[in-house]
Amino acid sequence: MRKYLSFFRIRFLSGLQYRAAAWAGVSTQFAWGGMSILMYRAFYRVNAEAFPMEFADLTTYIWLQQALLAMFMAWYFDNDIFDSISSGAIAYELCRPCDLYTMWFTKNVAVRLSRVVLRCFPILLVAVFLPRPYGVSLPESVAAGLLFPLSLILGFLVLVAFSMLIYISAFYTISSTGVRILATSAVEFLTGGVIPLPFFPGWLQPIMNALPFASMQNTPFLIYTGHVNGQEAMRAILLQAVWLVVLVGVGKIWIRHATRRVVLQGG
Amino acid sequence: MIELKGISKTFRVAKRNAGMTEAVKALFHREYTLIPALKEVSFKIDEGEMVGYIGPNGAGKSSTVKVMSGILTPDAGSCIIDGRTPWKERTEHVRNIGVVFGQRSQLWWDVPVIDSFELIRDIYRVNGPSYQATLKRLLEELDIGEIVRTPARQLSLGQRMRCEIAASLLHDPKILFLDEPTIGLDAVSKIAVRNFIKTLNKERGTTVILTTHDMSDIEALTERILLIGKGQILLDGSLTELKNRHSKLRRLTVDYAGGSLPAIPGVKLEGDLSGHATLSVDTGVLSVSEAISKLSSAVEVTDLAVESQRVEDVVVSLYKEFAI
Amino acid sequence: MKLYFKYIGMIFRCRMQYKSSFFMTTLGQFLVSFTTFIGMYFMFDRFGAVDGFTMEEVMICFAVVLTAFSLAECFVRGFDVFPRLIRSGELDRILVRPRSVAFQVLSSNMEFSRVGRLLQAVVMLVYAIPRCGVDWTPDKILTLVLMMLGGVMLFSALFVLYAGISFFTIEGLEFMNIFTDGSREFGKYPLSVYGEGVLKFMTYVIPFALVQYYPFLYLVGRSDRVWYMLLPLAAGLFLIPCAIFFWVGLRKYQSTGS
Repeated sequence: MRKYLSFFRIRFLSGLQYRAAAWAGVSTQFAWGGMSILMYRAFYRVNAEAFPMEFADLTTYIWLQQALLAMFMAWYFDNDIFDSISSGAIAYELCRPCDLYTMWFTKNVAVRLSRVVLRCFPILLVAVFLPRPYGVSLPESVAAGLLFPLSLILGFLVLVAFSMLIYISAFYTISSTGVRILATSAVEFLTGGVIPLPFFPGWLQPIMNALPFASMQNTPFLIYTGHVNGQEAMRAILLQAVWLVVLVGVGKIWIRHATRRVVLQGG
Repeated sequence: MIELKGISKTFRVAKRNAGMTEAVKALFHREYTLIPALKEVSFKIDEGEMVGYIGPNGAGKSSTVKVMSGILTPDAGSCIIDGRTPWKERTEHVRNIGVVFGQRSQLWWDVPVIDSFELIRDIYRVNGPSYQATLKRLLEELDIGEIVRTPARQLSLGQRMRCEIAASLLHDPKILFLDEPTIGLDAVSKIAVRNFIKTLNKERGTTVILTTHDMSDIEALTERILLIGKGQILLDGSLTELKNRHSKLRRLTVDYAGGSLPAIPGVKLEGDLSGHATLSVDTGVLSVSEAISKLSSAVEVTDLAVESQRVEDVVVSLYKEFAI
Repeated sequence: MKLYFKYIGMIFRCRMQYKSSFFMTTLGQFLVSFTTFIGMYFMFDRFGAVDGFTMEEVMICFAVVLTAFSLAECFVRGFDVFPRLIRSGELDRILVRPRSVAFQVLSSNMEFSRVGRLLQAVVMLVYAIPRCGVDWTPDKILTLVLMMLGGVMLFSALFVLYAGISFFTIEGLEFMNIFTDGSREFGKYPLSVYGEGVLKFMTYVIPFALVQYYPFLYLVGRSDRVWYMLLPLAAGLFLIPCAIFFWVGLRKYQSTGS
């Protein structure tokens, strides 16, 4: 565990070194969030009735999404992992006395967290001071405020657990690019990265909500804004936990199978 | 041909400090340090000369080469190459020069080398017949005729370097800048590259400026060396002259039989291993021939070799002398 | 010009060495813009129209922006990845060759996989052109072509600006994505959707509205000012200050070597 902490520290420090990059990143995301909100405002003006949530809740959703982008971005992959699989260097990793799955998982968590820590506070800080309904508002209720962190962590872990499957799939393909590209655009869309899931057509909603992708950024953000509350929130969190267990389970079994293949075939 | 007068250049570099608090501070405020890269650099190189440009890392070698090839504009001073100021008349100037950056490739990685050559021909607007002639000569002299149809990525380092050199000479430049041309090469390739450069300089009269860390390159190729340290030219002279002036010591290796070596004033025994001895002779005290005759009168000398000091040693002592 | 085509051929042959990777990237380019389109479709499915524009009209607008962006990204890629040229020392190589820097940068890189995005644009055009209610008289066709042309010039100008900035800061460059990727992403809707402030900014600071919004109004018949159709050409003038900026940056590079 200690090595991951120091790894996290180094990432964070090197992130801080690049001050212009940090400022540029924050302002880019800020502008991005702002433009998205203006776009939804135009639709809201067309027909407020058809809007699936309060406008202020949507803006909160968008600011959270921007602030926590590094946690939930589908397109981030650790290229070292892909390289070590395709070059066969993975065989050395297998000799080490640590569990490959856990190692990759923790590394991914550390990289994403170190990025998010640097960027989320400035964005949220500015967004808090924007006038209603354009800024970020406090959690809908005390319960929402309490459930949000739990759901956020679960959602984050579900996403990382899913991305682990993409890494493992690289054991079975010659080039991982194809799977990566497909997975990235599918996850980005199904998770609500293109438009939030409540904006999907009604008939699609039940299907979307059952998929693991809804358990990523969608659930915590909707709990925060109170769009999902009470019993429903508990059920959503439970579903997140189930998906986490399932995805980690599948990943662990799969990686055992995959690595056995490497050992048998010598890469 | 090449004349630099009082070239100076200072860089501004941002300070980066370690530690969390320093990193946070740097988010808001950053300090800069001024680093003088070149201080009043002046020298003159005649047409057809071959010059070794040496100095430790960060001494200003590549800055000088960048100034001479028109990539870098100095703060002060003048540089006239073939009647032109490189950074003022870039396009005309670079037509006359060839540059080999030892650690970067100008060949296209994925296509046969000859295709890269043809593109370079078009970039330099070399006309058909003279391109054919130059190409034929280069393929022959660098012995790359067999490999130019192979993609660059499949070549060994030595093969690739020979192709790089050919690529830089397709437009038949009057001046060739070589930046570490033998870095990472095996002994055979090194010799091939050196021989080619020598011929190029001798037969085509191409002016060659060579920067390197490899002293054997310098020894094999150049008569004149320029030593730069901390942005200043410390020494400009011929290699032999330098060796002579700098060190009065000669190294003597002797194989002998019968008896033991006598103690001679001015001769120091560096090592003696069952009839094979290394001695250093201080030519300030006695001449090498005197030393030899004294030796052979005491023991039976079966074999003997005289060396002057190696360039490496000269350069190391030079670095020490100038404290760089 | 002949040399430019040689470069194109060369880059194309290099890309074809890695065919599967090329096709995958192309597919990825298509998928990303396809999901964006599906998102837009869902929004119109729910709301019917935005700011008085129908979905078919907006699709034309989106297709124009996408076409312009992918063409610019394909052919002006050298400026888009310019920081890489500086870092790898490729720029030094360019400087020791007797051709103009701009030409060499332009020919140094091309990204053909952007046809994936172009494909999405073509699909939308094929669908929307007969359905958007525009009477396709020659002037309307010309407007559409000019919008695309102006768009290519504008995005090229932004890439040149981006390259120019990279002479001064590499780290701060991400900021420029607001204008490049942002214009592509948010340019799918006519700019008035984002309100007066954005529209003004995009008219007077970065003349994106001159290729996307005003001629579009003329195209769909919301405005009958014929001169709107020529505005994309004016937007092309934006290349001039960007090129000057790049040139200043290059001068700075030559004086600091960094």
